[in-house]
Amino acid sequence: MIRFDQATKRYPDGTVAVDELDLEAPSGKITVLVGPSGCGKTTSLRMINRMIEPTSGTIWLDDTDTASMPAHELRRQIGYVIQHAGLFPHRTIVDNIATVPFLIGTDKRQARARAMELLERVGLDPAFAKRYPGQLSGGQQQRVGVARALAADPPVMLMDEPFSAVDPVVRDQLQDEFLRLQDELGKTIVFVTHDIDEAIKLGDQVAVLRVGGRLAQLAPPAELLSRPVDAFVAGFVGRDRGYRALGFTSAGTIVTRDEPTVTMGESLPGSDGSWLLAVDPSGAPQGWLHLADEPHGGVVEDRMLYRGGTLATQGGTLRGALDACLSSPSGRGIVVDDSGRLIGSTTAREVLALIEGLPDAAEVGA
Amino acid sequence: MIPLDAASSSPWHFWGYFLDHRSQDLGYLWDHTWLSVVPVVVGLLLALPLGWLSRRYNWVYPPMMSITGLLYTIPSIALFVLIPPLLGLDPLSPLQVPIALSVYSVALLVRVVADGLGAVSPETLQAATAIGFKPLGRFFRVELPIAVPVITAGLRVAIVANVSIVTVAGTIGFDNLGRLFDEGFKLSTDTPYYPPIILGIILCVLLALVLDGLVLLVNRLLTPWRRAVPT
Repeated sequence: MIRFDQATKRYPDGTVAVDELDLEAPSGKITVLVGPSGCGKTTSLRMINRMIEPTSGTIWLDDTDTASMPAHELRRQIGYVIQHAGLFPHRTIVDNIATVPFLIGTDKRQARARAMELLERVGLDPAFAKRYPGQLSGGQQQRVGVARALAADPPVMLMDEPFSAVDPVVRDQLQDEFLRLQDELGKTIVFVTHDIDEAIKLGDQVAVLRVGGRLAQLAPPAELLSRPVDAFVAGFVGRDRGYRALGFTSAGTIVTRDEPTVTMGESLPGSDGSWLLAVDPSGAPQGWLHLADEPHGGVVEDRMLYRGGTLATQGGTLRGALDACLSSPSGRGIVVDDSGRLIGSTTAREVLALIEGLPDAAEVGA
Repeated sequence: MIPLDAASSSPWHFWGYFLDHRSQDLGYLWDHTWLSVVPVVVGLLLALPLGWLSRRYNWVYPPMMSITGLLYTIPSIALFVLIPPLLGLDPLSPLQVPIALSVYSVALLVRVVADGLGAVSPETLQAATAIGFKPLGRFFRVELPIAVPVITAGLRVAIVANVSIVTVAGTIGFDNLGRLFDEGFKLSTDTPYYPPIILGIILCVLLALVLDGLVLLVNRLLTPWRRAVPT
Protein backbone atom coordinates (compact mmCIF):
# COMPACT_ATOMS: atom_id res chain seq x y z
CA MET A 1 0.00 0.00 0.00
CA ILE A 2 1.20 3.48 -0.87
CA ARG A 3 -0.39 6.42 0.91
CA PHE A 4 0.00 10.12 0.17
CA ASP A 5 -0.69 12.10 3.33
CA GLN A 6 -1.07 15.82 2.61
CA ALA A 7 1.82 15.56 0.15
CA THR A 8 2.73 18.92 -1.36
CA LYS A 9 5.40 19.97 -3.85
CA ARG A 10 6.01 23.69 -4.06
CA TYR A 11 8.92 25.04 -6.11
CA PRO A 12 11.07 28.00 -5.00
CA ASP A 13 9.38 30.23 -7.61
CA GLY A 14 6.05 29.56 -5.90
CA THR A 15 4.61 27.11 -8.43
CA VAL A 16 2.60 24.42 -6.72
CA ALA A 17 2.92 21.15 -8.63
CA VAL A 18 1.09 18.97 -6.12
CA ASP A 19 -1.23 20.42 -3.52
CA GLU A 20 -1.97 18.55 -0.28
CA LEU A 21 -2.60 15.28 -2.04
CA ASP A 22 -4.32 12.55 -0.04
CA LEU A 23 -4.42 9.31 -1.96
CA GLU A 24 -4.09 5.64 -1.24
CA ALA A 25 -2.89 3.08 -3.78
CA PRO A 26 -4.03 -0.27 -2.37
CA SER A 27 -1.75 -3.31 -2.38
CA GLY A 28 -1.95 -5.58 -5.38
CA LYS A 29 -3.98 -3.08 -7.41
CA ILE A 30 -3.29 -0.73 -10.29
CA THR A 31 -3.89 2.92 -9.45
CA VAL A 32 -3.75 5.19 -12.47
CA LEU A 33 -2.97 8.89 -12.14
CA VAL A 34 -4.39 10.76 -15.10
CA GLY A 35 -4.90 14.39 -15.98
CA PRO A 36 -3.90 17.16 -18.38
CA SER A 37 -0.29 18.32 -18.53
CA GLY A 38 0.62 20.39 -15.51
CA CYS A 39 -1.64 18.42 -13.19
CA GLY A 40 1.30 17.07 -11.19
CA LYS A 41 0.77 13.39 -12.01
CA THR A 42 4.42 12.71 -12.81
CA THR A 43 5.58 14.82 -9.87
CA SER A 44 3.33 12.78 -7.59
CA LEU A 45 4.73 9.55 -8.98
CA ARG A 46 8.32 10.69 -8.54
CA MET A 47 7.70 11.76 -4.98
CA ILE A 48 7.01 8.11 -4.15
CA ASN A 49 10.60 7.03 -4.89
CA ARG A 50 11.95 10.47 -3.95
CA MET A 51 13.24 11.40 -7.39
CA ILE A 52 11.43 14.54 -6.24
CA GLU A 53 11.31 15.30 -2.52
CA PRO A 54 7.95 16.56 -1.22
CA THR A 55 8.01 20.05 0.29
CA SER A 56 5.65 18.92 3.02
CA GLY A 57 3.50 15.96 3.88
CA THR A 58 4.41 12.31 4.07
CA ILE A 59 4.33 9.39 1.70
CA TRP A 60 3.96 6.00 3.30
CA LEU A 61 5.03 2.66 1.90
CA ASP A 62 2.97 0.31 4.05
CA ASP A 63 3.98 1.44 7.55
CA THR A 64 7.25 3.06 6.56
CA ASP A 65 7.71 6.77 6.04
CA THR A 66 9.60 6.86 2.69
CA ALA A 67 11.70 9.76 3.99
CA SER A 68 13.08 7.61 6.79
CA MET A 69 15.52 5.57 4.71
CA PRO A 70 18.33 6.42 2.25
CA ALA A 71 16.82 7.20 -1.16
CA HIS A 72 18.84 4.57 -3.05
CA GLU A 73 17.64 1.84 -0.68
CA LEU A 74 14.04 2.94 -1.11
CA ARG A 75 14.43 2.95 -4.90
CA ARG A 76 15.86 -0.55 -5.03
CA GLN A 77 12.59 -1.82 -3.53
CA ILE A 78 10.49 -0.06 -6.14
CA GLY A 79 10.34 -1.05 -9.80
CA TYR A 80 10.39 1.87 -12.21
CA VAL A 81 9.36 1.94 -15.87
CA ILE A 82 9.46 5.08 -18.01
CA GLN A 83 8.66 6.25 -21.49
CA HIS A 84 11.38 5.22 -24.00
CA ALA A 85 12.41 2.59 -21.40
CA GLY A 86 15.70 4.35 -20.55
CA LEU A 87 17.76 1.20 -20.97
CA PHE A 88 21.53 1.25 -20.57
CA PRO A 89 22.85 1.24 -24.16
CA HIS A 90 26.24 -0.17 -23.12
CA ARG A 91 24.87 -3.25 -21.38
CA THR A 92 23.43 -6.39 -22.92
CA ILE A 93 19.72 -7.01 -22.53
CA VAL A 94 20.28 -9.68 -19.87
CA ASP A 95 22.55 -7.35 -17.88
CA ASN A 96 20.09 -4.49 -18.24
CA ILE A 97 17.41 -6.68 -16.68
CA ALA A 98 19.74 -7.85 -13.91
CA THR A 99 20.82 -4.30 -12.97
CA VAL A 100 19.09 -4.12 -9.61
CA PRO A 101 20.05 -7.65 -8.50
CA PHE A 102 23.67 -6.74 -9.36
CA LEU A 103 23.32 -3.55 -7.31
CA ILE A 104 22.04 -5.34 -4.25
CA GLY A 105 24.80 -7.92 -4.56
CA THR A 106 22.93 -10.97 -5.83
CA ASP A 107 25.22 -13.68 -7.19
CA LYS A 108 25.83 -12.86 -10.87
CA ARG A 109 24.93 -16.24 -12.25
CA GLN A 110 21.73 -16.37 -10.24
CA ALA A 111 20.80 -12.82 -11.27
CA ARG A 112 21.29 -13.66 -14.94
CA ALA A 113 19.26 -16.85 -14.67
CA ARG A 114 16.41 -14.85 -13.17
CA ALA A 115 16.80 -12.22 -15.92
CA MET A 116 16.43 -14.95 -18.55
CA GLU A 117 13.18 -16.10 -16.95
CA LEU A 118 11.88 -12.55 -16.97
CA LEU A 119 12.86 -12.10 -20.60
CA GLU A 120 10.52 -14.92 -21.54
CA ARG A 121 7.89 -13.75 -19.14
CA VAL A 122 7.60 -10.39 -20.90
CA GLY A 123 7.33 -12.17 -24.22
CA LEU A 124 10.83 -11.84 -25.67
CA ASP A 125 12.90 -14.55 -27.32
CA PRO A 126 15.85 -15.64 -25.11
CA ALA A 127 18.03 -15.00 -28.16
CA PHE A 128 17.72 -11.29 -27.31
CA ALA A 129 19.72 -11.77 -24.11
CA LYS A 130 23.13 -11.07 -25.64
CA ARG A 131 22.01 -8.16 -27.78
CA TYR A 132 22.21 -4.48 -26.96
CA PRO A 133 19.23 -2.12 -26.52
CA GLY A 134 20.03 -0.29 -29.78
CA GLN A 135 19.27 -3.49 -31.69
CA LEU A 136 15.69 -3.71 -30.38
CA SER A 137 12.51 -1.96 -31.51
CA GLY A 138 10.79 0.54 -29.23
CA GLY A 139 8.17 -1.99 -28.15
CA GLN A 140 10.81 -4.63 -27.42
CA GLN A 141 12.85 -2.13 -25.41
CA GLN A 142 9.77 -1.29 -23.38
CA ARG A 143 9.28 -4.99 -22.56
CA VAL A 144 12.88 -5.10 -21.38
CA GLY A 145 12.13 -2.01 -19.29
CA VAL A 146 9.29 -3.88 -17.59
CA ALA A 147 11.49 -6.95 -17.04
CA ARG A 148 14.21 -4.77 -15.50
CA ALA A 149 11.70 -3.24 -13.11
CA LEU A 150 10.57 -6.73 -12.05
CA ALA A 151 14.05 -8.22 -11.63
CA ALA A 152 14.40 -7.79 -7.88
CA ASP A 153 10.74 -8.76 -7.41
CA PRO A 154 9.77 -5.44 -5.81
CA PRO A 155 6.31 -5.30 -4.24
CA VAL A 156 5.73 -1.87 -5.77
CA MET A 157 6.04 -0.65 -9.36
CA LEU A 158 5.92 2.91 -10.64
CA MET A 159 5.16 3.39 -14.32
CA ASP A 160 5.48 6.77 -15.99
CA GLU A 161 3.72 6.77 -19.38
CA PRO A 162 5.49 3.52 -20.25
CA PHE A 163 3.49 2.78 -23.37
CA SER A 164 2.96 6.22 -24.86
CA ALA A 165 5.99 6.26 -27.17
CA VAL A 166 5.09 3.11 -29.10
CA ASP A 167 2.66 2.80 -32.01
CA PRO A 168 -1.01 2.10 -31.24
CA VAL A 169 -0.99 -1.56 -32.24
CA VAL A 170 2.06 -2.36 -30.13
CA ARG A 171 0.66 -0.25 -27.30
CA ASP A 172 -2.51 -2.30 -27.25
CA GLN A 173 -0.47 -5.51 -27.12
CA LEU A 174 1.76 -4.20 -24.35
CA GLN A 175 -1.27 -3.13 -22.34
CA ASP A 176 -2.92 -6.55 -22.67
CA GLU A 177 0.27 -8.33 -21.68
CA PHE A 178 0.79 -5.95 -18.82
CA LEU A 179 -2.67 -6.81 -17.47
CA ARG A 180 -2.00 -10.53 -17.89
CA LEU A 181 1.33 -10.14 -16.06
CA GLN A 182 -0.31 -8.19 -13.28
CA ASP A 183 -2.91 -10.96 -12.90
CA GLU A 184 -0.05 -13.34 -12.15
CA LEU A 185 2.10 -11.02 -10.06
CA GLY A 186 -0.35 -8.84 -8.14
CA LYS A 187 2.04 -5.90 -7.67
CA THR A 188 1.05 -2.60 -6.12
CA ILE A 189 1.24 -0.34 -9.15
CA VAL A 190 1.00 3.39 -9.62
CA PHE A 191 0.68 4.20 -13.30
CA VAL A 192 0.82 7.67 -14.86
CA THR A 193 -0.74 8.46 -18.22
CA HIS A 194 -2.32 11.40 -20.02
CA ASP A 195 -4.52 9.01 -22.01
CA ILE A 196 -7.91 8.53 -20.35
CA ASP A 197 -8.63 5.44 -22.45
CA GLU A 198 -5.45 3.82 -21.16
CA ALA A 199 -6.40 4.82 -17.62
CA ILE A 200 -9.82 3.23 -17.97
CA LYS A 201 -8.45 0.08 -19.56
CA LEU A 202 -5.70 -0.53 -17.02
CA GLY A 203 -6.82 0.99 -13.75
CA ASP A 204 -8.44 -0.81 -10.83
CA GLN A 205 -8.95 2.74 -9.69
CA VAL A 206 -8.32 5.99 -11.51
CA ALA A 207 -7.29 9.27 -9.91
CA VAL A 208 -8.10 12.29 -12.08
CA LEU A 209 -5.91 15.26 -11.19
CA ARG A 210 -6.56 18.84 -12.19
CA VAL A 211 -3.98 21.49 -13.03
CA GLY A 212 -2.26 22.71 -9.87
CA GLY A 213 -1.98 19.22 -8.47
CA ARG A 214 -5.35 18.72 -6.82
CA LEU A 215 -7.22 15.45 -6.81
CA ALA A 216 -10.50 15.86 -8.72
CA GLN A 217 -11.88 12.34 -8.42
CA LEU A 218 -10.71 8.91 -7.33
CA ALA A 219 -12.96 6.09 -8.51
CA PRO A 220 -13.04 2.75 -10.29
CA PRO A 221 -13.17 3.28 -14.09
CA ALA A 222 -16.86 2.40 -14.48
CA GLU A 223 -17.88 4.87 -11.82
CA LEU A 224 -15.68 7.55 -13.37
CA LEU A 225 -17.57 7.10 -16.64
CA SER A 226 -21.04 6.96 -15.12
CA ARG A 227 -20.65 9.53 -12.38
CA PRO A 228 -18.00 12.16 -13.05
CA VAL A 229 -18.07 14.45 -9.99
CA ASP A 230 -17.91 17.72 -11.89
CA ALA A 231 -17.68 19.37 -15.29
CA PHE A 232 -13.87 19.11 -15.34
CA VAL A 233 -13.86 15.35 -14.85
CA ALA A 234 -16.76 14.92 -17.27
CA GLY A 235 -14.92 16.95 -19.89
CA PHE A 236 -11.68 15.09 -19.31
CA VAL A 237 -13.28 11.67 -19.43
CA GLY A 238 -14.57 12.82 -22.78
CA ARG A 239 -16.99 11.68 -25.46
CA ASP A 240 -18.58 8.30 -25.80
CA ARG A 241 -18.69 7.88 -22.03
CA GLY A 242 -21.96 6.02 -22.24
CA TYR A 243 -20.70 3.65 -24.89
CA ARG A 244 -17.41 3.06 -23.12
CA ALA A 245 -19.18 2.43 -19.84
CA LEU A 246 -20.86 -0.55 -21.50
CA GLY A 247 -17.38 -2.06 -21.48
CA PHE A 248 -17.75 -2.54 -17.72
CA THR A 249 -21.20 -4.12 -17.80
CA SER A 250 -21.68 -7.81 -18.35
CA ALA A 251 -24.07 -8.73 -21.11
CA GLY A 252 -25.08 -11.80 -19.13
CA THR A 253 -25.98 -14.78 -21.29
CA ILE A 254 -26.93 -13.48 -24.69
CA VAL A 255 -29.83 -15.30 -26.30
CA THR A 256 -28.65 -16.28 -29.76
CA ARG A 257 -30.17 -17.82 -32.82
CA ASP A 258 -28.44 -20.43 -34.94
CA GLU A 259 -26.37 -19.01 -37.74
CA PRO A 260 -25.99 -21.05 -40.94
CA THR A 261 -22.34 -21.54 -41.83
CA VAL A 262 -20.07 -22.89 -44.50
CA THR A 263 -16.67 -24.36 -43.74
CA MET A 264 -13.54 -23.00 -45.41
CA GLY A 265 -12.59 -25.04 -48.47
CA GLU A 266 -16.07 -26.45 -49.00
CA SER A 267 -18.03 -25.48 -52.08
CA LEU A 268 -20.34 -22.48 -51.98
CA PRO A 269 -23.96 -23.38 -51.53
CA GLY A 270 -26.44 -22.04 -54.04
CA SER A 271 -28.05 -19.80 -51.51
CA ASP A 272 -31.00 -17.63 -50.80
CA GLY A 273 -29.55 -15.27 -48.17
CA SER A 274 -27.03 -12.63 -49.18
CA TRP A 275 -24.50 -13.03 -46.27
CA LEU A 276 -23.16 -16.34 -45.07
CA LEU A 277 -20.70 -16.95 -42.21
CA ALA A 278 -17.55 -18.91 -43.00
CA VAL A 279 -15.98 -20.98 -40.18
CA ASP A 280 -12.87 -23.14 -39.95
CA PRO A 281 -13.15 -26.87 -39.25
CA SER A 282 -13.10 -26.24 -35.47
CA GLY A 283 -16.10 -23.93 -35.78
CA ALA A 284 -14.24 -20.64 -35.26
CA PRO A 285 -15.74 -17.82 -37.38
CA GLN A 286 -13.40 -16.58 -40.13
CA GLY A 287 -15.44 -13.90 -41.89
CA TRP A 288 -18.51 -13.21 -43.97
CA LEU A 289 -19.20 -14.27 -47.56
CA HIS A 290 -21.30 -12.02 -49.74
CA LEU A 291 -22.94 -14.59 -52.00
CA ALA A 292 -23.90 -12.01 -54.63
CA ASP A 293 -20.12 -11.53 -55.17
CA GLU A 294 -19.64 -15.15 -56.17
CA PRO A 295 -22.17 -15.94 -58.91
CA HIS A 296 -20.00 -18.75 -60.30
CA GLY A 297 -19.81 -20.75 -57.09
CA GLY A 298 -16.53 -22.58 -56.35
CA VAL A 299 -14.96 -23.35 -52.96
CA VAL A 300 -14.75 -20.92 -50.04
CA GLU A 301 -11.39 -19.16 -50.08
CA ASP A 302 -9.69 -16.61 -47.89
CA ARG A 303 -9.87 -13.88 -50.53
CA MET A 304 -13.68 -13.98 -50.57
CA LEU A 305 -14.06 -13.06 -46.90
CA TYR A 306 -15.23 -9.80 -45.34
CA ARG A 307 -13.43 -9.67 -42.02
CA GLY A 308 -14.82 -6.41 -40.66
CA GLY A 309 -16.98 -7.92 -37.94
CA THR A 310 -15.73 -8.15 -34.35
CA LEU A 311 -16.69 -11.14 -32.23
CA ALA A 312 -18.59 -10.99 -28.93
CA THR A 313 -17.70 -13.53 -26.29
CA GLN A 314 -20.56 -15.17 -24.43
CA GLY A 315 -20.31 -13.86 -20.86
CA GLY A 316 -18.47 -10.74 -22.10
CA THR A 317 -19.51 -7.10 -21.92
CA LEU A 318 -22.42 -5.24 -23.46
CA ARG A 319 -19.91 -3.12 -25.34
CA GLY A 320 -18.42 -6.20 -26.98
CA ALA A 321 -21.87 -7.49 -27.91
CA LEU A 322 -23.07 -4.19 -29.35
CA ASP A 323 -19.85 -3.67 -31.26
CA ALA A 324 -20.10 -7.15 -32.80
CA CYS A 325 -23.53 -6.24 -34.17
CA LEU A 326 -22.57 -2.75 -35.37
CA SER A 327 -19.38 -3.93 -37.10
CA SER A 328 -20.88 -6.98 -38.79
CA PRO A 329 -21.51 -6.49 -42.54
CA SER A 330 -24.62 -8.68 -42.25
CA GLY A 331 -25.93 -6.77 -39.24
CA ARG A 332 -25.87 -10.02 -37.24
CA GLY A 333 -23.43 -9.95 -34.34
CA ILE A 334 -21.51 -13.18 -33.91
CA VAL A 335 -21.23 -14.66 -30.41
CA VAL A 336 -18.50 -17.18 -29.64
CA ASP A 337 -17.52 -19.21 -26.59
CA ASP A 338 -14.30 -18.80 -24.61
CA SER A 339 -12.35 -20.96 -27.04
CA GLY A 340 -13.53 -18.90 -30.01
CA ARG A 341 -16.12 -21.34 -31.44
CA LEU A 342 -19.39 -20.12 -32.85
CA ILE A 343 -22.42 -20.14 -30.57
CA GLY A 344 -24.85 -18.13 -32.71
CA SER A 345 -25.80 -14.59 -33.65
CA THR A 346 -27.69 -11.69 -32.17
CA THR A 347 -28.70 -8.23 -33.38
CA ALA A 348 -28.17 -4.66 -32.26
CA ARG A 349 -31.87 -4.39 -31.53
CA GLU A 350 -31.64 -7.29 -29.09
CA VAL A 351 -28.51 -5.93 -27.38
CA LEU A 352 -30.18 -2.52 -27.05
CA ALA A 353 -33.10 -4.25 -25.40
CA LEU A 354 -30.66 -5.71 -22.88
CA ILE A 355 -29.25 -2.22 -22.26
CA GLU A 356 -32.73 -0.74 -21.91
CA GLY A 357 -33.60 -3.49 -19.48
CA LEU A 358 -30.71 -2.73 -17.12
CA PRO A 359 -32.03 -2.38 -13.56
CA ASP A 360 -31.30 1.35 -13.43
CA ALA A 361 -29.79 3.21 -16.34
CA ALA A 362 -27.89 5.50 -13.94
CA GLU A 363 -26.26 2.47 -12.35
CA VAL A 364 -24.47 1.44 -15.52
CA GLY A 365 -21.21 -0.02 -14.48
CA ALA A 366 -21.47 0.91 -10.82
CA MET B 1 78.17 13.73 -36.41
CA ILE B 2 79.99 15.78 -39.07
CA PRO B 3 78.56 15.51 -42.55
CA LEU B 4 81.31 14.15 -44.74
CA ASP B 5 80.07 14.62 -48.24
CA ALA B 6 77.12 15.76 -50.27
CA ALA B 7 75.64 12.26 -50.51
CA SER B 8 75.27 11.88 -46.74
CA SER B 9 73.27 15.10 -46.50
CA SER B 10 70.68 13.79 -48.96
CA PRO B 11 67.18 13.44 -47.44
CA TRP B 12 67.34 9.72 -48.26
CA HIS B 13 70.28 9.23 -45.96
CA PHE B 14 68.07 9.27 -42.85
CA TRP B 15 68.34 5.49 -42.42
CA GLY B 16 72.12 5.67 -42.42
CA TYR B 17 71.87 8.52 -39.92
CA PHE B 18 69.63 6.39 -37.70
CA LEU B 19 72.04 3.43 -37.81
CA ASP B 20 74.96 5.70 -36.93
CA HIS B 21 73.18 7.15 -33.88
CA ARG B 22 70.89 4.30 -33.00
CA SER B 23 71.05 4.30 -29.21
CA GLN B 24 70.67 8.07 -29.02
CA ASP B 25 67.72 8.13 -31.42
CA LEU B 26 65.95 5.27 -29.66
CA GLY B 27 66.43 7.17 -26.40
CA TYR B 28 64.77 10.22 -27.99
CA LEU B 29 61.93 8.03 -29.22
CA TRP B 30 61.35 6.59 -25.77
CA ASP B 31 61.43 10.06 -24.14
CA HIS B 32 59.06 11.32 -26.80
CA THR B 33 56.69 8.43 -26.21
CA TRP B 34 56.27 8.89 -22.47
CA LEU B 35 56.14 12.68 -22.85
CA SER B 36 53.24 12.20 -25.27
CA VAL B 37 51.34 9.60 -23.26
CA VAL B 38 51.73 10.46 -19.57
CA PRO B 39 50.41 14.05 -19.85
CA VAL B 40 47.30 12.80 -21.69
CA VAL B 41 46.63 10.30 -18.90
CA VAL B 42 47.16 12.98 -16.26
CA GLY B 43 45.03 15.39 -18.29
CA LEU B 44 42.22 12.88 -18.53
CA LEU B 45 42.26 12.18 -14.78
CA LEU B 46 41.95 15.92 -14.13
CA ALA B 47 39.40 16.49 -16.89
CA LEU B 48 36.99 13.85 -15.51
CA PRO B 49 36.00 15.74 -12.36
CA LEU B 50 36.14 19.12 -14.14
CA GLY B 51 33.97 17.84 -17.00
CA TRP B 52 31.56 16.29 -14.52
CA LEU B 53 31.33 19.61 -12.65
CA SER B 54 30.57 21.46 -15.88
CA ARG B 55 27.66 19.10 -16.49
CA ARG B 56 26.42 18.86 -12.94
CA TYR B 57 26.20 22.62 -12.48
CA ASN B 58 25.13 24.29 -15.69
CA TRP B 59 26.57 27.66 -14.73
CA VAL B 60 30.07 26.16 -14.53
CA TYR B 61 30.09 25.08 -18.18
CA PRO B 62 30.56 28.45 -20.00
CA PRO B 63 33.42 29.81 -17.83
CA MET B 64 35.07 26.38 -17.75
CA MET B 65 35.09 26.24 -21.54
CA SER B 66 36.41 29.81 -21.85
CA ILE B 67 39.24 29.20 -19.40
CA THR B 68 40.32 25.90 -20.92
CA GLY B 69 40.07 27.42 -24.40
CA LEU B 70 42.35 30.27 -23.31
CA LEU B 71 44.88 27.87 -21.81
CA TYR B 72 45.25 26.24 -25.19
CA THR B 73 46.18 29.53 -26.83
CA ILE B 74 49.28 30.03 -24.63
CA PRO B 75 52.31 29.31 -26.84
CA SER B 76 53.96 26.10 -25.73
CA ILE B 77 57.45 27.51 -25.54
CA ALA B 78 56.22 30.27 -23.22
CA LEU B 79 54.49 27.71 -21.03
CA PHE B 80 57.65 25.56 -20.81
CA VAL B 81 59.60 28.58 -19.62
CA LEU B 82 56.93 29.97 -17.28
CA ILE B 83 56.06 26.80 -15.43
CA PRO B 84 59.19 26.52 -13.20
CA PRO B 85 58.84 30.03 -11.69
CA LEU B 86 55.07 29.69 -11.39
CA LEU B 87 55.33 26.38 -9.55
CA GLY B 88 58.57 27.14 -7.77
CA LEU B 89 60.53 24.46 -9.62
CA ASP B 90 64.17 24.43 -10.62
CA PRO B 91 64.35 26.21 -14.04
CA LEU B 92 65.94 23.09 -15.51
CA SER B 93 63.50 20.67 -13.93
CA PRO B 94 62.58 17.86 -16.35
CA LEU B 95 59.02 18.11 -15.00
CA GLN B 96 58.16 21.37 -16.70
CA VAL B 97 57.52 19.75 -20.08
CA PRO B 98 55.09 17.04 -18.88
CA ILE B 99 53.36 19.59 -16.65
CA ALA B 100 52.87 22.00 -19.55
CA LEU B 101 51.63 19.21 -21.78
CA SER B 102 49.21 18.08 -19.06
CA VAL B 103 47.79 21.59 -19.03
CA TYR B 104 47.13 21.38 -22.77
CA SER B 105 45.59 17.94 -22.41
CA VAL B 106 43.26 19.11 -19.66
CA ALA B 107 42.30 22.11 -21.78
CA LEU B 108 41.34 19.83 -24.64
CA LEU B 109 39.72 17.08 -22.64
CA VAL B 110 37.47 19.01 -20.24
CA ARG B 111 35.17 19.93 -23.10
CA VAL B 112 35.29 16.42 -24.49
CA VAL B 113 34.41 14.85 -21.13
CA ALA B 114 31.61 17.37 -20.52
CA ASP B 115 30.15 16.81 -23.99
CA GLY B 116 30.51 13.04 -23.70
CA LEU B 117 28.63 13.02 -20.41
CA GLY B 118 26.08 15.39 -21.92
CA ALA B 119 25.37 12.85 -24.66
CA VAL B 120 23.94 10.32 -22.19
CA SER B 121 20.17 10.33 -22.73
CA PRO B 122 18.07 11.87 -19.94
CA GLU B 123 15.90 8.73 -19.81
CA THR B 124 18.95 6.59 -19.13
CA LEU B 125 20.10 8.93 -16.35
CA GLN B 126 16.65 9.05 -14.84
CA ALA B 127 16.30 5.29 -14.98
CA ALA B 128 19.73 4.83 -13.38
CA THR B 129 18.80 7.05 -10.46
CA ALA B 130 15.31 5.58 -10.10
CA ILE B 131 16.69 2.06 -10.09
CA GLY B 132 18.88 2.88 -7.10
CA PHE B 133 22.36 3.81 -8.33
CA LYS B 134 24.17 6.11 -5.93
CA PRO B 135 25.75 9.19 -7.60
CA LEU B 136 29.30 7.75 -7.82
CA GLY B 137 28.07 4.38 -9.01
CA ARG B 138 25.94 6.06 -11.62
CA PHE B 139 28.95 8.07 -12.84
CA PHE B 140 31.36 5.17 -13.16
CA ARG B 141 28.97 2.43 -14.25
CA VAL B 142 26.53 4.29 -16.46
CA GLU B 143 27.61 7.80 -17.50
CA LEU B 144 31.31 7.25 -18.08
CA PRO B 145 31.00 4.01 -20.08
CA ILE B 146 28.40 5.62 -22.34
CA ALA B 147 30.65 8.67 -22.82
CA VAL B 148 33.65 6.53 -23.85
CA PRO B 149 33.28 6.95 -27.63
CA VAL B 150 33.20 10.76 -27.37
CA ILE B 151 36.06 10.82 -24.86
CA THR B 152 38.30 8.55 -26.92
CA ALA B 153 37.68 10.73 -29.97
CA GLY B 154 39.08 13.62 -27.89
CA LEU B 155 41.97 11.49 -26.62
CA ARG B 156 43.03 10.80 -30.19
CA VAL B 157 43.27 14.52 -30.90
CA ALA B 158 45.06 15.20 -27.60
CA ILE B 159 47.66 12.48 -28.01
CA VAL B 160 48.52 13.34 -31.61
CA ALA B 161 48.70 17.04 -30.71
CA ASN B 162 51.08 16.13 -27.89
CA VAL B 163 53.40 14.22 -30.19
CA SER B 164 53.73 17.43 -32.16
CA ILE B 165 54.06 19.85 -29.22
CA VAL B 166 56.74 17.71 -27.51
CA THR B 167 59.13 18.48 -30.38
CA VAL B 168 59.06 22.16 -29.40
CA ALA B 169 60.59 21.20 -26.06
CA GLY B 170 63.35 19.44 -28.01
CA THR B 171 64.44 22.69 -29.57
CA ILE B 172 65.02 24.22 -26.12
CA GLY B 173 67.16 21.33 -25.02
CA PHE B 174 64.89 18.66 -23.58
CA ASP B 175 65.58 15.15 -24.84
CA ASN B 176 63.02 13.89 -27.35
CA LEU B 177 62.66 13.57 -31.12
CA GLY B 178 62.63 17.38 -31.36
CA ARG B 179 66.39 17.24 -30.76
CA LEU B 180 66.78 15.76 -34.25
CA PHE B 181 65.34 18.91 -35.82
CA ASP B 182 67.66 21.02 -33.71
CA GLU B 183 70.64 18.97 -34.87
CA GLY B 184 69.60 19.14 -38.49
CA PHE B 185 69.41 22.89 -38.14
CA LYS B 186 72.78 23.18 -36.41
CA LEU B 187 74.52 21.00 -38.97
CA SER B 188 73.09 22.89 -41.91
CA THR B 189 75.51 25.01 -43.88
CA ASP B 190 74.44 26.79 -47.02
CA THR B 191 72.05 23.91 -47.73
CA PRO B 192 69.91 22.17 -45.10
CA TYR B 193 71.26 19.02 -43.52
CA TYR B 194 68.31 16.72 -44.11
CA PRO B 195 68.91 13.26 -42.56
CA PRO B 196 68.07 13.96 -38.88
CA ILE B 197 65.13 16.20 -39.89
CA ILE B 198 63.58 13.54 -42.12
CA LEU B 199 64.25 10.88 -39.48
CA GLY B 200 62.52 13.05 -36.85
CA ILE B 201 59.48 13.58 -39.05
CA ILE B 202 59.21 9.88 -39.86
CA LEU B 203 59.54 8.78 -36.24
CA CYS B 204 57.00 11.41 -35.08
CA VAL B 205 54.47 10.34 -37.67
CA LEU B 206 54.99 6.66 -36.86
CA LEU B 207 54.67 7.35 -33.14
CA ALA B 208 51.49 9.36 -33.70
CA LEU B 209 50.02 6.57 -35.82
CA VAL B 210 50.86 3.89 -33.26
CA LEU B 211 49.48 5.88 -30.30
CA ASP B 212 46.35 6.79 -32.26
CA GLY B 213 45.91 3.13 -33.12
CA LEU B 214 46.24 2.18 -29.45
CA VAL B 215 43.53 4.63 -28.44
CA LEU B 216 41.30 3.22 -31.18
CA LEU B 217 41.96 -0.28 -29.94
CA VAL B 218 41.09 0.65 -26.35
CA ASN B 219 37.91 2.30 -27.62
CA ARG B 220 36.99 -0.87 -29.49
CA LEU B 221 37.54 -3.03 -26.43
CA LEU B 222 35.48 -0.74 -24.21
CA THR B 223 32.51 -0.30 -26.55
CA PRO B 224 31.35 -3.61 -27.99
CA TRP B 225 27.83 -2.18 -27.84
CA ARG B 226 28.66 0.46 -30.43
CA ARG B 227 29.57 -2.06 -33.08
CA ALA B 228 26.42 -4.08 -32.45
CA VAL B 229 24.22 -1.16 -33.39
CA PRO B 230 24.02 -0.12 -37.03
CA THR B 231 24.31 3.65 -37.21
